[in-house]
Amino acid sequence: MAPRFAASAADAVSGIRDGATVLIGGFGNAGQPMELIDALMDCGATDLTVVNNNAGQADAGLALLIKERRVKKIICSFPRQSDSWHFDEAYRAGEIELELVPQGNLAERLRAAGAGIGGFFTPTGYGTLLAEGKETRVIDGKGYVLESPIHADFALVKALRADRTGNLVYRKTARNFGPIMAAAAKHAIVQVSEVVETGGIDPEAVVTPGIYVDTVVEIGGTNR
Amino acid sequence: MSTTYTSTHTSTDAPLGKDELAQLVAADITRGSFVNLGIGQPTLVSNYLSPDQDVTLHTENGMLGMGPQATGEQVDEDLINAGKIPVTELPGASYFHHADSFAMMRGGHLDVCVLGAFQVSQSGDLANWHTGAPGAIPAVGGAMDLAIGAKETWVMMGLFTKQGESKLVEALTYPVTGLGCVSRVYTESAVFLIRPEGVTVRSTHGITFEELAGRLPVELTRA
Repeated sequence: MAPRFAASAADAVSGIRDGATVLIGGFGNAGQPMELIDALMDCGATDLTVVNNNAGQADAGLALLIKERRVKKIICSFPRQSDSWHFDEAYRAGEIELELVPQGNLAERLRAAGAGIGGFFTPTGYGTLLAEGKETRVIDGKGYVLESPIHADFALVKALRADRTGNLVYRKTARNFGPIMAAAAKHAIVQVSEVVETGGIDPEAVVTPGIYVDTVVEIGGTNR
Repeated sequence: MSTTYTSTHTSTDAPLGKDELAQLVAADITRGSFVNLGIGQPTLVSNYLSPDQDVTLHTENGMLGMGPQATGEQVDEDLINAGKIPVTELPGASYFHHADSFAMMRGGHLDVCVLGAFQVSQSGDLANWHTGAPGAIPAVGGAMDLAIGAKETWVMMGLFTKQGESKLVEALTYPVTGLGCVSRVYTESAVFLIRPEGVTVRSTHGITFEELAGRLPVELTRA
């Protein structure tokens, strides 16, 4: 089915309910779907489980969702930054649950969810605190940890351009988690700088095929 | 910056400065390698890679062929490195998503990864992600993936803590990042090779082998 083209970011996120698991793309500010996060803030959904590489920066986007205590749990690799003060405060107050995941395991767990994989053995984290309580196996003399997929209700992703069938291209290192998050969520919501007609993206250059994309909203912005 | 520097295993009378150490690491990287440089001190190594070394830099957030830090009009918020610093792209660069980036790492396709460390054990165990201090908020990022992924993991660190204790240890006291993954340790005072048969001192800087052997809690052999 072709994606829905939402009239606004608010319209795009209007289906997100309390208690949802939401994947949010971006690595630092690159690829962070800022307008969709702001719309999620305004729509009032709370008790969210959020998956992102970080736990919000400064006083914008995800950091504000955490500040307002709308996130009950965050799954991320790198929460602590010089400007992660809202997360730090919520965490120290015991008001947010943290599941810390090595970055490559985070990526692969998302990929596994989108690819229908029930679990996988990875060498990353073997013998560390982050593997405690997890099943391990030695394969050909090397230790591995069993990791599970991260499924989600929604993904909020930023891409550069979509066509009318939902095919996406990204821009430079802003691609990061976008493609795997779009595939891992039941419902992928994508903000783009530009929507072009079907055929306007070279099929050889499509990064995320439209099959993974459910809602698209054109935001404008950088279009270099 | 473009001077070709020849690798040396020669000891010196003075300890190595941070740039000299970075220069030494750069010179040890084999021509044509794919390399990931960790945040902090290892980033300095890029300043000493010569163009004819033909080294391709990987950044975990989805790029091969990373160029120098961006300045002025080159700054582009969509083009950053793992430390979230704006960088540039070189001809032949490529972009890919996070799962591919870490598959590339975990799959052993990178030749060398250079990381900082709190401690390295005599068997090559690495601690660099968490001090374990009470109240510290843990953050791991790509540290555990980097530690075990590349064909070779090299560490750059100060050999001693501010209290004068060795950071090359018999067994880690900080939380583990990866087990048995470090093959070389570059410090201001010595370069160590970590091999199945033990720790070898390749060169000493501002300290004699005997003094070093007296200060470190691990058994050392001369190269």
